[in-house]
This record gives sequence, C-alpha cells and structure tokens, in this order.
Amino acid sequence: MATAEVSNKKTLKVQRFKPSDNPTNTYLTDEKGVWAWMTTVDHKKIGIMYLVSVAFFFAVGGALALLLRTELLTPAKTFIEADTYNQLFTLHGAIMVFFVLVPSIPAALGNFIMPMQLGAKDVAFPRLNLASFYIYVIGAIFTFIALAQHGLDTGWTFYTPYSTQSSSSVIWVTMGVFILGFSSILTGTNFITTIHKMRAPGITWGKLPLNVWALYATSIIQVLATPVLAITVLLLTMERWLGFGIFDPALGGDPVLFQHFFWFYSHPAVYIMIVPGFGIISEVISTFSKKTVFGYWAIALSSLAIAFIGFLVWGHHMFTSGQSAVATTVFSFLTFLVGIPTGIKIFNWIATLYRGSIKMDTPMIYVFIFLFLFSIGGFTGIMLGALSVDIHLHDTYYVVAHFHYVMMGGTLIALLAGLHFWWPKMTGKLYNEPLAKIASGFIFVGFNVTFLPQFVMGAQGMPRRYYNYVDQFTPFHQTSTIGSYILGVGFLIILYYLMHSLFKGAKSPANPWGSRGLEWQATSPPDFHNFDHTPVVIHGPYDYHQPMEEFQLGLAVDTNGHDPESAKEIVDEKRDEWKNYSLG
Amino acid sequence: MGRLFDFMLPEAKSPTAESTDALFHFINEVSLVLLIGITFALIYFAIKYRRKSEDDETPVITHNNTLEITWSVVPLLVCFVVFGWGYSGWLNLKSVPDNAYEIQVSAYKWGWNAKYINGAQTLNEIHVPEGRPVKIVLQSSDVLHSFFVPDYRVKHDVVPGRYTYVWFEANEVGESQVFCTEYCGTGHSDMLAKIIVHTEDDFETWLEKNGGGVSGTPVEQGKQLVQLQGCVTCHSEDGSKKIGPSFKGLWERQENLTDGSTITVDENYIRESILNPGAKIVQGYDNVMSPYEGRITDDEITNIIEYLKTLK
Repeated sequence: MATAEVSNKKTLKVQRFKPSDNPTNTYLTDEKGVWAWMTTVDHKKIGIMYLVSVAFFFAVGGALALLLRTELLTPAKTFIEADTYNQLFTLHGAIMVFFVLVPSIPAALGNFIMPMQLGAKDVAFPRLNLASFYIYVIGAIFTFIALAQHGLDTGWTFYTPYSTQSSSSVIWVTMGVFILGFSSILTGTNFITTIHKMRAPGITWGKLPLNVWALYATSIIQVLATPVLAITVLLLTMERWLGFGIFDPALGGDPVLFQHFFWFYSHPAVYIMIVPGFGIISEVISTFSKKTVFGYWAIALSSLAIAFIGFLVWGHHMFTSGQSAVATTVFSFLTFLVGIPTGIKIFNWIATLYRGSIKMDTPMIYVFIFLFLFSIGGFTGIMLGALSVDIHLHDTYYVVAHFHYVMMGGTLIALLAGLHFWWPKMTGKLYNEPLAKIASGFIFVGFNVTFLPQFVMGAQGMPRRYYNYVDQFTPFHQTSTIGSYILGVGFLIILYYLMHSLFKGAKSPANPWGSRGLEWQATSPPDFHNFDHTPVVIHGPYDYHQPMEEFQLGLAVDTNGHDPESAKEIVDEKRDEWKNYSLG
Repeated sequence: MGRLFDFMLPEAKSPTAESTDALFHFINEVSLVLLIGITFALIYFAIKYRRKSEDDETPVITHNNTLEITWSVVPLLVCFVVFGWGYSGWLNLKSVPDNAYEIQVSAYKWGWNAKYINGAQTLNEIHVPEGRPVKIVLQSSDVLHSFFVPDYRVKHDVVPGRYTYVWFEANEVGESQVFCTEYCGTGHSDMLAKIIVHTEDDFETWLEKNGGGVSGTPVEQGKQLVQLQGCVTCHSEDGSKKIGPSFKGLWERQENLTDGSTITVDENYIRESILNPGAKIVQGYDNVMSPYEGRITDDEITNIIEYLKTLK
C-alpha cells in the first residue's frame, strides 16, 4: 500500500494494488453446484452460460453446414433428398443468425466483460439478465419442437407467400423467434442502463473502452429494431393461423411488404452481429501492440454512425423485388454511406499498429485474419450495393460468399479473438499457444478455400439455395466442400485445446497480456464482485505509455470506496492531475 | 489480372451486360489494390514493429486529422462514382426500347410457361429473335420466383399479384440458361429454362409453325395442356415416381388418402385435385401443389381428364 499526495487542498489516500496471481476466492469458487449456476444473477456466470449455449448451437449449425456441403459434392442427389436439403439450409441459417451470431458477442463475452470494464459489480438489472437467458432457452425449445414436428423449409428469411403455404412447422419457429427477440431487447436495455449508470467513478464517456462503445451502439439497435421483427413474425403467424390477409396476394396482401418489414429488422441485425466484433478488435489490437488506439473518437462515433445509418439501408436486399425505383435509388445511395464508417475503422486499426510493439499471440492472429477477411467482405458489399451489378449478383453464391466473409470472417473471427483474449480472464487458465496458432491456420485456409470459389461461381450465375446445379459449377462446389472440412478440423482443434486448458491447463497470471484494460486489473478469474472495492479510474483504457506499476490505481478512501458521492469528489479533484498525465 | 475477372463472369450476350461488366471490373480492381495495400501494411507493421522486449515503449499517437479526413473523403468520392455508374447502368436495365418484342412468361412451382403474341406456347423454353430487344413480362401463379439470365445480366423477382419485367437483346444465335433465383420449395433448383435465340427469319418461321396454341381433339389438347401447364414437372406419364402421383393408370385407380379413407379416381376427384389440390392428399405425398383455380378453364380441365383416361 502506498499513499500519494495531490496538489489540491485535500490529501488523498490512493491504494495501489496489484491483483493477486493466485486468488483464493473467485466467482467460480463462490456459489458452486448446478442449482447455484441456474439461479445465479452474477453477470459472469450468465455470460458463461450464454457462451456454452452459443457454442452448442454453433456446433449444431456447423454440423448442418458440413452436411449441406457434402450434399453439394455432386449435382443432383449425393445422399439426401431435396426436401431434407431445404430444411437443412433453413435451419443452418436460422440457428446461426438467431441463436449464434446475434447473442454471441454481446450476451456471452459482453455480459462477462462489459461490467468489469466499467468497474461495476454487475449489470444494472441482474435478475433481468438471468431472465433474458431463460427467454433465450424458451425460444430455443420452441425451435426444437418445430424440428420434432415438421421442421422448417422456408429459408431463414420466411418470405411470404411461400411461408404461408409451406406444410412445415412455421408457426413454432416464428413464435420461437418472437420469444427470442425479447431476450435480445432485454439484454440491450440492460446494457444501455448499465453503461449510463454503473460506470465506476472516473470513467467518463471519453474513457470508455471501445468495446463498451461498440456494445452501446449494438444495444441501441437491439432495442429499436427487434420489436419490428416481433411484429413481423406476429403478422406472419396471424396470416398463417387465422387467415388475416397481410402479405398473401390471394388474401389481398402484398408479399413485398413482408420483405420491407423483415429487412427493417434483419439489416440492422447485421450490425447487431458485427459491431460488437469491432469492439473486440479495438481491445485486442491495442493490447498486443501496446499502443493507444489511433482515432479513439473516430472508432467510437463510427459505431454510432453505423447504428444510425444501418436503419436506413434495408431496401438494398430488395433491388430485384419490385420495390419502387425511387426507393431502390435512395437505398443504394445510403448503402455506400454506411460503408464509409466501416472503412474508417479498418484504417484506424491499421494505424494503431504503426510504431507499436506488436506481439503475434493467438488473439492478435485472429485480429489480422479479421482485418483481411472483413475487408474482402466490405469490398464485395460495395459491389453488391452498386445497382446494375447487384441485379446480376443478387441471390447468387456471390451473396452467400459475401455475407459469410462478413458474418463468419468478421463476427465469428472477432469472437474467436475475444474468446482467446479473455479465456484466461474467464477461466484462470492458459491454453496451448502453438496448437492455437495451428488451429488459426486451419481456419484461415479452410475459410478461404470454402468461400473464395463461391464468389466466382456466384458471378458466373450459380443461384443460392440450390439442391441441384448445372455441371459447369461442379469444380467450385467440390473445392468449397473440401474447404469446409478443413474449417471443421480447425474448430475441432480449438475445442480440444480449450477443453484441455479448462481441465488441465496451466494457471494464468492475473494479467497475462499486460493489458491496461480495467477488466485485467482484477484477478483471473475475477472475484465474485469483480473488484475488492469500487475502483476509481484515473487513466484511460489504452494508456500504454504509462508504466504498469503506476497504472494499477484502485482508490480507497475512508469509506473504502463504497460511497459513490465521496468517490466522485475525489475524482473531480484528481482530474487536474489526470490531465497532466495525458498531456505530458 | 483482367483475365481472372473475365473468368468470373459468363460471356456477355446482350448489350444490357456492358455497363454491368465494366463496373464489376472497376470495383474488383480498386478493391484488389486496396486489399493488397491493407495486407501489405499489416504484414510490414507486424514484422517491423514486432515486440523486442516487454519493456518496449510506444509513442502516444491519438489521431491525425489530415490522414483521417483523407481516408474518409477519398473512399466516399470513389463510392459516389460507383453509385452513379451503377445507377446509370440500372436505369438502362429498366428502360425498355420501344420496338421490344413482348413475351408473356408465367412462373409456377416449378417451371416457366411462355406465351407469344400469336398464341404459341412453350414450357421451359423461351424462343427469341436475334438482334431485337425482347421484353419478358413476368407473372407468378403461386409464390415468389425470380427470373435470372446470367448471360444477359438481368434478373427480376416474379411476384404473385403483379406484373414485373426484364428486357435484353440477344446478340448471337444459341442458347442461354434461365435460373429461378428466389427460393420456392422442393423443385426450386430444377426450375430451369433455356432461352433459344433464332435468327429473325428462323424465329418467324418457328412462330408460325407453333401459332394458335393448343389444338386438335380433346385428348390431343389434354396431352398438350399437361405439358404447357407444367403438370408433368411433378406427375410422370410413364409410372415413375416424382413429387406427385404418376398419371399412368391414374384413371379409376383406388387411392389411399392421408386421412385414412380410400377413393376411386373419377372426373370430380381430378377436377378437385386441380382446383384445390390440398383437399385430398394421397398417402406418401406432401401437400405442395399450388391451386390452379383461376389459371385453367373448365374446358381445359375436361380435355386433361380425357387425356388421363387414355394413360392406361
């Protein structure tokens, strides 16, 4: 314990502490047992439960993808029927979007890390957080009921009038999606409140980690867009079940209206999936280059810009649908605008590397893979935004390749970066670094072998959602299938070494990466309440120019930091000193 | 490099493809330059600034206005160019020349039925003249479909309850592939058609030969109708099992229905199964057929029944 004096009238006792590398009490040792986990309101345990669920659904969705790719080895039938194929691609899409990508980063990693980055004990509404998880589970049960009945063959997009007429269990799934939406809305509400009200003293908006900014932007989209999805699937259910004519022209409805409603949610949903990934990239890239993030405000505000403009571009999914020419023109124009803030981020991240101290550990390797793959996803997005070209490419494999580069090359690779980055934080264990690097190689190679040929065959005219195909596309499909197997091996290696780490891994020190992030100034795994006492934050999250020993500032006053008012006063007085730091 | 990009697109066979292809190449080239730049910067920085010791000190570089404005504004300008280029190409795809030859194409699960100005009809084949603009007017009798001809770079959704169109001008005699690109169920990937391009003279001859549409005795008319209405896409005439029960031996056959009852196939059962197919489903088959109510006349149904009677 050391004391420091501040030049103001008041003498301030500052406790500098180094988190223990061998914590005796952690969130994993408190509240043990299945029941304790199931009823916990601890954001960390809930985050872990989400992570396990998301991993389970990813395994299911991934297995479906491998079945699809295997069927596509030959034209016509390889080993399954057309109807089965149609069900498999529908489920692959629905599971990956609704059960994996949407909740993956915010609900799993975000839940665990975000309150710690704010120096808070928990989210603002811990019980609501647990409720969100169970709502997610109920949504999943509805989907499994649908599977046990007649499955689903509409595509994850539920386009009418096919979805009104299909003999599969559409209503069970739409109800599942309806319920699932509330989980998303409640998590968003919870995060917004947490970020506004639960920041530890000293964390001004300008000192928020970029991960928190990204989650903040995401939460806004979740809260504003998801209700529209709820209304859409409800209207669809009413049409199917009660015969209300809303979308079916036979009943006086309009099928294009459904597409507007659907994409009004589902385009912003793309940003629900990718923006949290941006947050992870910012955290990892600064830690592993030991450098202040270049253009903090540009990155923070571009997330908000994306969240806002992302609401105005849904019509670019409908250039061939028959929507009005004016709408098509405006949507194309706005689509290019949303590309700009994304490009800005990529340039800022690369500039962050300049004159850094770069260490290519596994999380950083995934960041590099992200930057490469996501750039391709972005460029091909520009291609698809161009009106005349989109007419040719719409609903071909080019689009399939594009959104896999964005969703898998972007979100999922960012998730892997975050998972490897925060794994020691979450489990207190280290993983096998050489094996992790080998796995990342498999994933990078497998991904490109799978999806690069899809750009070519898509541009040559291969339509998506095809069980059968004309012979000229056979070599592309076969290459793509081989790639998907390589990708599968990569994920199996990850599963192996992470499980090995969990049960037999070496102990991790509190801060194995030397990160300046607040979440790393606690023990690994963290205490049940994250920090011994409410930390007062004096430095920014990326102040890598400050030596580590000076950086670790927790602050204890007479009240032991538990009285927020007195803590706030202290921060106000410390502010001058902090300014000196940053300018000096 | 140009050869790689050429390889990505099928050979262009209509003037509507020109602007699209040029823009496709432009975006690819700009993207490739940027991607190489990004990749090079990543690798160069990773090597040059690799961590030498854990005590490495790094400079504080918070931002750089000139740099940031440059890399925001320049891509924005390039995007404006791409937008304008795409927009003008698209306007061309929307503006049908006045002298276009019109063909009515109706999409159904799972096929394309084309009707020509003199009453000629074809199934899954669209015959067009060379060197003359052709306007395809699209309508759907059931769910969404999409009419896509890669060779001409044209595509439009076929929406039930409204007309949509595409136009192109085939510039060489031959065949071009048509795909359905909006998912429409079991037979989606088999919903293919061919565009067959004739010289203008050959086309006129072909049209004359096939003019007038369905003709002959009721049985002959029925035989043509099950082709043109697309019945044979799902119901075979030779007894093989497809998506629906075969027509061979259908007449007066005993069928077991999904509700457990049995029925003998007669005129009224066939009529009901055409107009309201979901009412009685034969065991072992799914309820996937679209109702033909409004798409077929009573006389046509009668002729189809007469033809089915002959398929013993």
